[in-house]
Amino acid sequence: MTDKVTAGFIPLADAAALLIAADFGFAEEEGLEIELIREVSWANVREKLSAGIFDVAHLLAPMAIASSLDLMPGSVPLTAPYVLAINGNAITVSPELLCEIMAELSGEEPHPLATAKALARIAAQRKSEGRPPLTFGSTFPFSCHTYQLRFWMAAGGLDAAEELRLVALPPPYMVDSLKAGDVDGFCVGAPWNFVAAEQRLGHTLHYGCEIVQQLTEKVLAARCDWAQRYESVLIRLMRAVSAAAAFASRPENWDSCFARLSAPDRINAGRELIKGALSGSFGVQADQNFLTLGAGLRGRPNETQAAWLYTQMLRWRQAHARPGLAEAAQAVFSPLLFDRVFGPADAGETLSMPADGLGTFAGPPFKKNRIAEYLANAL
Amino acid sequence: METPLRIAVVEENPPRAEILIAGLSEAGHTNVIHIDQTKRLLQALYDIDPDVVIIGLENPSRDTLEQLFQMSRVVKRPIAMFVDKSDRAAITAAIDAGVSAYIVGGLQKERVQSILDVCISRFNATARMQDELEKTKTALEERKVIDRAKGILMRAKGLGEEEVYRLLRKTAMNEKKKIAEIAQSVLTAAELLR
Repeated sequence: MTDKVTAGFIPLADAAALLIAADFGFAEEEGLEIELIREVSWANVREKLSAGIFDVAHLLAPMAIASSLDLMPGSVPLTAPYVLAINGNAITVSPELLCEIMAELSGEEPHPLATAKALARIAAQRKSEGRPPLTFGSTFPFSCHTYQLRFWMAAGGLDAAEELRLVALPPPYMVDSLKAGDVDGFCVGAPWNFVAAEQRLGHTLHYGCEIVQQLTEKVLAARCDWAQRYESVLIRLMRAVSAAAAFASRPENWDSCFARLSAPDRINAGRELIKGALSGSFGVQADQNFLTLGAGLRGRPNETQAAWLYTQMLRWRQAHARPGLAEAAQAVFSPLLFDRVFGPADAGETLSMPADGLGTFAGPPFKKNRIAEYLANAL
Repeated sequence: METPLRIAVVEENPPRAEILIAGLSEAGHTNVIHIDQTKRLLQALYDIDPDVVIIGLENPSRDTLEQLFQMSRVVKRPIAMFVDKSDRAAITAAIDAGVSAYIVGGLQKERVQSILDVCISRFNATARMQDELEKTKTALEERKVIDRAKGILMRAKGLGEEEVYRLLRKTAMNEKKKIAEIAQSVLTAAELLR
């Protein structure tokens, strides 16, 4: 008998593993039928997941933690047993802002630290002239996009909450907002940075992996009670998603994958843009590390990543430190189920990782057991 | 008497907004402010300073709204979701109706329950109306197609209107199709043969 799984997703390239599991027969091989439901907002995904309308969802990694720590309305305890994608975001700025940044750099290499300092000077200048502050778009308060933007800006001495405006916008609306002049820049997932670049409305300033080398971007999330009750279904789903991620990571399968992913009921974006996102080959700034799907060990949830994301919630005053919270955050990304399904991590394949597991471009190395010390030394 | 609750309705679709506001006013909520464009949501909410915010689930500005709530300096009072995890049936009812609501400040749940009830029933009613409207539209389109096919057949075969209609109906029954589908094939064929 086939078990049915209802899965919510937001149209983004990093949903590929889940979408391909449903569309290319990987679910059937595990005796599953995945019903995919496309959503317009992360708030909707959260509510439908917590109300049981979705069994699982493609979810922002920090949202799974925020929901479990009861940091937002509609929170329920969630578990993230599988990583759908690592990295994949980028910071885009308008052509006008790019000119200002370049003028400030005056020939200096556009390293994130240099651009952040330039941005801080531009923001200060605007303030002193009484002009409205710069506005940046992010996708959700609890998102890697927000943390990448704020981490980058803070390294240049700019407090995003004080000296500029941050607004949350749904990814497909990001480019229009830039075009309309509602935002001066944004941090969003693929393929939306490329859409802006292709239409010459924006310039990709930094890839997310230039800010943090290795960051868990999207997870497969389920309510804890559902995961417990339907563990065998979840395990088969994890296998299907893992097989789909491996399939989509092989160049010989790209043509068929991208044709399906670009369809209106899936990501609804040009095939070339999706290809650029998943192959890391868009434009001149090719980077293999741009977006990686959770194939093989890359699908393994990582507690250090959870601890860093929780640290960002503290740093940006979304959470107040309480005993047990750091542990609770790490429990959301527990690799126990993954290791049971796919075997112990030290057997076979190894992954090259930054020394502290994150590789931020500035600030001290991260240690998951020294959060307070890390925060005290953060730039 | 308690001061009336100030309710902000974030809705870009005018008919839906009107129905909702009318419903709330019938239920005695007269302090309802409609935000019809979500571009300047922040400023609008800041000016209105509502006790309750109602927004449709299909509204892409939902995440924008949540971000605004996160920035405590903007909205000074705490925000809670109208229906929270404690009441899964209520969440499902709200989702089915396609509406989400937030309470600003520590309001008593009993005081605001009627608001959500009104929203759910009115949103359900608009969904039904839209459904019926769609059906009527389709019926009208089908009627037009059938009338045009009848005209073509009458001219080609020199038959009267009733005979032509019987012919269409008989063919539809034989082919297990709708009359409108047969009529559409007549139109397509006529187009090709022209």
